[in-house]
Amino acid sequence: MNSIEQLSGQQPQLAALRPFAGANAATPYLADPVQKRERKLLGSIEEAIERTGLQDGMTISFHHHFREGDLVINRVVDTLARMGFKNLTLASSSLLSCNAPLIEHIKNGVITQIYTSGMRGKLADAISHGLMEKPVQIHSHGGRVHLLQSGEIKIDVAFLGVPCCDVFGNANGSHGKSRCGSLGYAKVDAQFARQVVLLTDEIVGFPNVPVSISQDRVDYIVKVDEVGDPSRISVGAARVTSNPRELMIARFAADVIEHSGYFKTGFSLQTGSGAASTAATRFLEDRMVRQGITASYALGGITGSIVDLHKKGLIETLVDTQSFDNVAAQSLAESPRHLEVSTNEYANPSSKGTYCDLVDVVILSALEIDTDFNVNVITGSDGVMRGASGGHCDVATAANLTIVVAPLIRSRIPTVVRHVTTVVTPGESIDVLVTDHGIAVNPGRPEVAERLRAAGLPVMSIEALYQRAVGLTGEPQAIEFTERIVGVIRYRDGSVIDVVRQVRE
Amino acid sequence: MKIIKEAIAGTLESSDLLVKVAPSHDDTLEIILSSEVIKQFGQQIRRVVDETLQRLGVTAGSIIIEDKGALDCAIRARVQTAVLRGAACTDLNWEHLS
Amino acid sequence: MKLRRSMLFLPGANAAMLSTAFVYKPDSIMFDLEDAVSLREKDSARLLVFHALQNPVYREIETVVRINPLNTPYGLKDLEAVVRAGVDVVRLPKTDKPEDVHELETQVERIERECGREVGSTRLMAAIESAIGVVNAYAIATSSKRMIGIALAGFDYCVDMQTERGDGTELFYARCAVLHAARAAGIDAFDVVYSDVNDEEGFLKEVDLIRRLGYTGKSLINPRQIELLHNAYAPTDEDVDYARRVIAAAEAAERDGLGVIALNGKMIDAPIVNQAQRTLQRAQASGTRK
Repeated sequence: MNSIEQLSGQQPQLAALRPFAGANAATPYLADPVQKRERKLLGSIEEAIERTGLQDGMTISFHHHFREGDLVINRVVDTLARMGFKNLTLASSSLLSCNAPLIEHIKNGVITQIYTSGMRGKLADAISHGLMEKPVQIHSHGGRVHLLQSGEIKIDVAFLGVPCCDVFGNANGSHGKSRCGSLGYAKVDAQFARQVVLLTDEIVGFPNVPVSISQDRVDYIVKVDEVGDPSRISVGAARVTSNPRELMIARFAADVIEHSGYFKTGFSLQTGSGAASTAATRFLEDRMVRQGITASYALGGITGSIVDLHKKGLIETLVDTQSFDNVAAQSLAESPRHLEVSTNEYANPSSKGTYCDLVDVVILSALEIDTDFNVNVITGSDGVMRGASGGHCDVATAANLTIVVAPLIRSRIPTVVRHVTTVVTPGESIDVLVTDHGIAVNPGRPEVAERLRAAGLPVMSIEALYQRAVGLTGEPQAIEFTERIVGVIRYRDGSVIDVVRQVRE
Repeated sequence: MKIIKEAIAGTLESSDLLVKVAPSHDDTLEIILSSEVIKQFGQQIRRVVDETLQRLGVTAGSIIIEDKGALDCAIRARVQTAVLRGAACTDLNWEHLS
Repeated sequence: MKLRRSMLFLPGANAAMLSTAFVYKPDSIMFDLEDAVSLREKDSARLLVFHALQNPVYREIETVVRINPLNTPYGLKDLEAVVRAGVDVVRLPKTDKPEDVHELETQVERIERECGREVGSTRLMAAIESAIGVVNAYAIATSSKRMIGIALAGFDYCVDMQTERGDGTELFYARCAVLHAARAAGIDAFDVVYSDVNDEEGFLKEVDLIRRLGYTGKSLINPRQIELLHNAYAPTDEDVDYARRVIAAAEAAERDGLGVIALNGKMIDAPIVNQAQRTLQRAQASGTRK
């Protein structure tokens, strides 16, 4: 009787223990000098897909750090289609206009279910018009991590494009020729996916530092020509504007912050990627310098204008989930107080601690806002999806002062409406609406209204703004919808806050 | 007012509209309206166009409108300009234009 | 006392700008039917402005229309349209002599009678764009009870003077002459446009000059210049403080039935009280200078 048999005789619960079978029984690659080093490197995306054991009906995931410049999502799904996969669930942190080629793969049954923060362009249009059997699930950035944690989304294989990694998969986005900056969305996929495939256009020496995605989360690595075009990250977002109307709204937003009661040294802020909210940082700079006020941190999508304030010593720390331009990506590489965070650390309501919890002031945009302050950032007023939930509802509810900026009308379309087409963020989370025609304060924040009035700002009721809008445009006819639900809007805690119905033709 | 020749007014810039008018072959009035905001404001735009043509006494012609989200005041001005050009009318009756 | 620091120019043929410009809240808005409108679009611009003026959103703001000169085929039609549409002020371009204003006034009065508008309710202003106009500035400024101001237009004036726009030396005499004519006539004076929208520093330098000369305001070509101008015209905290004390002293003198107003032992006369009121009005409109 050997010692294992003896052991299990005395302790039956230890019967499963195996005897030692050699130093590399579990790690045979260590015995092979090439395998030891290069066992994760595969020659093609096809090979990686085969090795993961992906099957029909499983869930694949992607990040959207490259936004309109992404070259991974379409390519991988094309490959899956070629290999004959069907019935896959696509869970991308978001989708953009560049993802229009997915329409074919939905029609062919390769993709039958989508989770995303948003959609634009032809893909959004097609899904709004009933392309998919199953409605698209729209989540916020924080809400996506919640869905991963709760198990509703189970990623079988994550395909993550990274600007550089080493042979083991230590990856970051702050270096490499396709530098995109923060990998805040991708970090979450790397954490939750059963298997992780990295696609990279630059394999660098081991160990690669800094480590945004760690080797212990990475299964396979495929070298490709190009993972993304960083110059297209800011397409359709984060523009620097010279439009006088946007500049006026931005100046009002800075005025609101200055007089809100939250403009004190150590305050924290998030500015979205819209033109007016990006421009607001410029106006904020004057006020900060004049009054000797500095901020503790800026959160969220980080833009060049925010980096500028950081370099000037006006914002101590940048907390970055998505770098919106190369200036931000470079700052992430160079500044010790430019922090890369995952969306779990950014905004997941079931995380043990998020940066959005402690934000004082946030500036957000809106496609529509109604007289109850509910905000729509998903559907146009023609009922067609064309936007993204993003971090909107996450930060709106967490921040001490949530400011929405929007022009009162866009050509003939009123932004302030009686009822938003789709609720993404509930009115209770919105404190101030800044338009080019005036400022409305949520009746739940009378002290803020009082401070803004005292500062001489054009404060009026949201009803007055609504009347002004329809006075200019006329009362819009209601859009007609069919009964069929094409989109489900998930609040950050996973609950359903609204649905999107198919537009009647 | 009679449209006697083809004429055009306006632009395709946002918040503007392009109006093309032409004489009618069979003495009917045909209005073709396309608009970026047709779902929300199609009926209202149509009403403004009809009313503007009526006040000008236009009963025949082809009126093609491509709207880019213009406000009513711009729609009136562009329709009037196109019609006055198409009718070769230079003697303006301001009562009928307001 | 109407504040007229900023007069924003809008090209009359641009539908989008006409639909949004009122949000920028300049003190006056000027629809241009003249130089900003090509000959082919004179008719369409006239109708656009005609309808824009009747839009309720433009009732909250002083409207000015620069019509074409009356000796062109467009001038009189422009005038017919805008007086009927309820414009506040008609701006006559290229005004050389008081007779130009008289001719305009005769036509305005006829149209007012024809359309049932109160006679005299259409105000006038004249743009001076030539050497003879500058020489006649006082006669032009006093040519009609309807006149609210005169404006210097730099480009045509410089051509007439055989010089070109530069650092302001070329406008030295004209600026002073037009301003004196306006002040002597008791009406407003407006300075030339500053055309490089992206040169904020140069713009502010010019604004500082004309403000210190005594100009009521300036013509503007981009909404982005409005806030800069208003801030430059805003009084300092010290100015406001002094103005408040002047007004308080004046009120005290009034209350006590004194004929003489004194502040800190110094006598204050009516022009100083008026100046103080203007200071407080500007502070009310745009706060103190930042």
